[in-house]
Amino acid sequence: MSALAQQLPAGVEIPEIPWAAISPELTLFGAGILVLLLDTAGPRRRTSSVIALAILLGIAALAAIPGGAAPEIVALLVGAGVLQLALTLWLHTRPRLLGAVLTVVALVATIGIAAWQYQAAANGGMVGTESLLADMVAVDGVALFTRFVVAGAGILTVLLGFAYLQDRRIHRGEYYPLLLFTATGMTLLASAADLLMVFLAVEILSLALYVMTGLARRDMASQEGAFKYLLLGAFSSAFLLYGIALVYGATGTTHIATAGVALSDPGTPAGLVFAGIALMLVGFAFKVALVPFHMWTPDVYQGAPTPVTAFMAAATKVAAFAAFLRVFTGGMEQLAWIWVPAVSVLAAITMLVGAALAVVQDDLKRMLGYSAVAHAGYAAIGLVAVSEIGTGATLFYLLAYAIMSLGAFGILTILERRQRKAIAVADLRGLWQSAPSLAVMFALFLLSLAGIPGTVGFIAKFGIVRAAVDAGLVWLAVVLVISSVIAAYFYIRVIVAMFMDDEPAHLADAPVPPASAASTAVSVAAVGVIALGVLPPAVIDLAERAATFAG
Amino acid sequence: MTGLAEGAAVAAPAGSPAAWAWLMAVVPLASAAVLLLVGRRLGRAAPWVAILSAGFSLTLAVWTAVWLGAREAGERTVVHTVATWLPAGDLEVDWAVLVDPLAVAMSLLVTGVGLLIHVYSLGYMEHDRDIPRFFAYLNLFLGSMLVLVLGESLLTLFVGWELVGLCSYLLIGFWFDSRANASAAKKAFVINRVGDVGFMIAMFVLFGAIGSLSLTEVLPAAEGLAGGTLIAVGLLLFLGATGKSAQIPLYIWLPDAMAGPTPVSALIHAATMVTAGVYLVARMSPLYVQIPEIGLVVAAVGAATALVAALIAVAQSDIKRVLAYSTVSQLGYMFMAVGVGAYSAGIFHLLTHGFFKALLFLAAGSVMHAMADRGDIREMGGLLRDLPITGGTAAVGTLAIAGFPLTAGFYSKEEILAAVADTAGGEVILAIGLAVALLTAFYMARWFALVFLGPRRFEELEDPPHPHESPLSMTLPLVLLAVASLGGGLLNLDPETGLLAGWLAPSVVAFEQTAAIIGHGLLEAIAIALALVGLAAGVLLYRGGPRVVSEASTPVVRFAQDAFRVDELYRAAIVTPGHWLAVGLAWFDARGIDGLVNGAGRGTAALATAGARVQTGFVRSYALAVLIGTVLLIAALVGVWMAAADDLMLLGGWR
Amino acid sequence: MQAVFPLTFAALLFSAGVYGVLSRRNAVLVLMSVELMLAAVTVNLVAFHGLVTTDVGDPLLSGQAFALFVMAVGAAEVGVGLAIVLLLYRNRATVNVDDADLMKY
Repeated sequence: MSALAQQLPAGVEIPEIPWAAISPELTLFGAGILVLLLDTAGPRRRTSSVIALAILLGIAALAAIPGGAAPEIVALLVGAGVLQLALTLWLHTRPRLLGAVLTVVALVATIGIAAWQYQAAANGGMVGTESLLADMVAVDGVALFTRFVVAGAGILTVLLGFAYLQDRRIHRGEYYPLLLFTATGMTLLASAADLLMVFLAVEILSLALYVMTGLARRDMASQEGAFKYLLLGAFSSAFLLYGIALVYGATGTTHIATAGVALSDPGTPAGLVFAGIALMLVGFAFKVALVPFHMWTPDVYQGAPTPVTAFMAAATKVAAFAAFLRVFTGGMEQLAWIWVPAVSVLAAITMLVGAALAVVQDDLKRMLGYSAVAHAGYAAIGLVAVSEIGTGATLFYLLAYAIMSLGAFGILTILERRQRKAIAVADLRGLWQSAPSLAVMFALFLLSLAGIPGTVGFIAKFGIVRAAVDAGLVWLAVVLVISSVIAAYFYIRVIVAMFMDDEPAHLADAPVPPASAASTAVSVAAVGVIALGVLPPAVIDLAERAATFAG
Repeated sequence: MTGLAEGAAVAAPAGSPAAWAWLMAVVPLASAAVLLLVGRRLGRAAPWVAILSAGFSLTLAVWTAVWLGAREAGERTVVHTVATWLPAGDLEVDWAVLVDPLAVAMSLLVTGVGLLIHVYSLGYMEHDRDIPRFFAYLNLFLGSMLVLVLGESLLTLFVGWELVGLCSYLLIGFWFDSRANASAAKKAFVINRVGDVGFMIAMFVLFGAIGSLSLTEVLPAAEGLAGGTLIAVGLLLFLGATGKSAQIPLYIWLPDAMAGPTPVSALIHAATMVTAGVYLVARMSPLYVQIPEIGLVVAAVGAATALVAALIAVAQSDIKRVLAYSTVSQLGYMFMAVGVGAYSAGIFHLLTHGFFKALLFLAAGSVMHAMADRGDIREMGGLLRDLPITGGTAAVGTLAIAGFPLTAGFYSKEEILAAVADTAGGEVILAIGLAVALLTAFYMARWFALVFLGPRRFEELEDPPHPHESPLSMTLPLVLLAVASLGGGLLNLDPETGLLAGWLAPSVVAFEQTAAIIGHGLLEAIAIALALVGLAAGVLLYRGGPRVVSEASTPVVRFAQDAFRVDELYRAAIVTPGHWLAVGLAWFDARGIDGLVNGAGRGTAALATAGARVQTGFVRSYALAVLIGTVLLIAALVGVWMAAADDLMLLGGWR
Repeated sequence: MQAVFPLTFAALLFSAGVYGVLSRRNAVLVLMSVELMLAAVTVNLVAFHGLVTTDVGDPLLSGQAFALFVMAVGAAEVGVGLAIVLLLYRNRATVNVDDADLMKY
């Protein structure tokens, strides 16, 4: 190490690796590799590799104790090792189930670690703002909050997808590793404190998502979705990258906070500043799907296997917004006068176009895809408010949207198993008769998406409106209200169809395959929608205290 | 008197019914959840779960009223916080109930009429295949309405406001057998959202100005608001009220809402939910009292609605649509009252109307039950003999709504007219009010005569029904409501010193009345005369059937014929033009306003279809959109840059 | 060094890439055009190292390091992209991007 350090130019230091801070990413990534390896190994090799792994984990635990690690980590390592061993021995002949279980274990562990980090950082007040790994990674409120949401969404996605993928014969070995890699990219994106890290994280999550979208190899729509996503994703990341390059050229750094300060220095060449900001905006607007950079959304949402769509809607959005918030609200607060008007207009157009285009859709997945566009517009209002209230409101909105969309797409997952084809609004006729609980829960999710009081959707919208009024952006609040009036129309249309009696659709008679895991996931989301709609204080508090950026 | 407007709210003592009042709303809501989830397994017990929970709420409401009545008049504004809902920094919204005289009066009406209609539905929905769902919705509605009435902040009120709307759509569409029901439900939903926009924006404005949404903070602070804010909030809240309470221009959803089951029409679209707008204006009286000119706008809209709806009602032939337009018209009366600041008169009419309109709807339901679900009153007639209890109670309801002396409707309508007569600039409104009184008596008498009197026209139908009186579960609520319609006037025999006026005093702030357009005694006489003329004309003209048949043979008939010539004149001069006006308005209603709403919907859809064409499916065109967006974004930022060029050192340059 | 040359060159290269994406129908050529855009940015990143306007310059060589990352990511992107194009070809026997218009409106 020291020999290497001597060869480095002056001013360059090898940074300390803050293992604890990046442990969620390490857990997810490690689990991804592990599942991938276990899947490729045969049953016999799997058994022997498990034993080897258990020994390794034991050594790591033993090494961690004198290394001064917190007892929680040691306990976690030992626990994970024992669990791993037990699970693998039990499931080593059923690789898919093994993959699913290991994925859930990794995601639960991530939530556990994030909760512990949150506890340590918050100390009852605002969550801390630590920047580590040579200022590459931030462990602050926004990052931790995103870790919760992403990991939670991942768990529900695994539960939703298992039977669905099995039925469609697309339960491929790479599914779970890809899910874990995507999750790694997302948490990394949310904690990226450097534009280089932002770019890398975007690519990690996108590359895995492209493949997941195209998971249904024989399904033309899935292929087409993957191709469009890939092409447009790469196209827009090139714009993002160009923007980053220009900012780097203007400021000499890629560190978000430093670059933000330097950009607002009047001595910085204005042309580079404006072009850089505009091009980075393109990249982020594409990822969160603001109009006119939204066109991939309906196609990809419609084409992807439904559990993947659910994960995309819930988790990608929160991760992309976290980075959007960090770079713009956090890093370029001083330059708000430059980008806020533009983003406000984008948000307004997004809300209106998303809601209006959803009105004329018949395919439910596509309708929800357009509705996702409208919701991106709502969430963006908290961004342009450029305040702690606004950031908190956006974070809470994204959590709420994650729950609602997981629920809604989850219902579609269950229904598609009955029908084995894409579901149109008309297919839902008479659903109340054949599956009352599904119909009631779907109605609940749709009402929440529409923002009816008593559901989490209302609380979230209310927070956004409050942030907008607080920031003097009343016109955006009014646009939001108008957009939700339009949106109410297509949500109620689906509800009316479900509770309609006449000529029940084919779907109503189709047999109900058992899907306890998926039903559990959807029920959890339904409980979340009601619980957070009626008594949200604790979680709102969590979101508001998480509205911090590492400096 | 110290009340809400003076900030005299006190916390509810532990153990008092006010501290438990929240259960009034929560128990029916919980029961609704149970019925929705496991209702089918409960089978025949399901309706009883619903009825028990409604009974619980009524008991609690009565107990609360008695408890509140025993307190000092100045201490009747009680707040109880159950839990924190939104703890968002400077804004805190609680799940809290506001128990005050107005809220208690409303909750008594809601739970009382609600329970009766639960019982009635037991008989009415007997043969329906989805009874648990129906009762679940009824309970959901009851709970939501109580959230609306008891909510301590505008936001909780709004929660109830939205939820009752939701129940209304669900119940209108309960029989989705026909596309008509589905489209009526959607129409109700969309139109109500338009009103809700007003409500929501009013909340933003109030929150921006006062920094709170709690009624106990907003109302005392209303005095200090700037004039512009007051006017904006007053108008926006009224826009919300017009949506929910079916006033011009947003009234068109209510007549279509009659597609739902009749008990629903009685409970939601006559007695309770549609009065939420009146309640809202009365609740915000400390705000409206400072802007009497806006109050006059409210009263004028109410008067216009009352007149138009009454004229349309004359031309209707569906047993429920007559009542639906009549509801719109009577709601117009209530807005006249609250508009001129006579809140106790408005609430009084709200209560009595709740009694007699629920009665009339339930009677209509009983008739339809007997007529095998036929609803055309031109095909009825002479049903009094077969349905004595239904007919008798319907007669009471008709007299009450017409303002026949000593009935409940007489007193409440009289108070409204008297209040308008005392308002400066109220001449036109008063004249309209009197005209509507005449029309009301006329179309209700017509309705009664066509259904219950005259020849039994239904016997000539192809498949004649065999009418028989409804079961006890249906007639008992009828009788109880008839008693209330007769004796409801006792609530407030005198506008100044009546029981209700004194009771409501801590909750509402009445306007100062300065003018005296006409003496109250004379006004009362005119109103009685108009009611009698209207009733007589209606019965005389329509007792024979839809068209008057003349049979000149006996002297008695000849005498009647002489009278009939007068009628003919009356008919030619007033009723026929009125009828044509009404038909025209009904046409306009269907094509004009309705067309406007449908047109707006279709316009959005057409625009969206056109917009969706941009989404060609070709990935290269998506990329082009990204590029165009990028160019526009850069142009926009450069625009910002140019605009701020003077402040910047543009030539920072390279170093 | 003259700032104008590398920056203009990169901008032209980027524009050529954009034009390629918009005008080519062959999926493989479209992917190549995207790569062209990434390459243009790489040129920018390397060039900016010498042009940084702050007093301290860029001691960490962020630009150069970034350029390496971009190349790696670009390679991965092409790998995944070609795999997806191959699948598309297997299902439809064409690599014309305009044939992929199953989902629209």
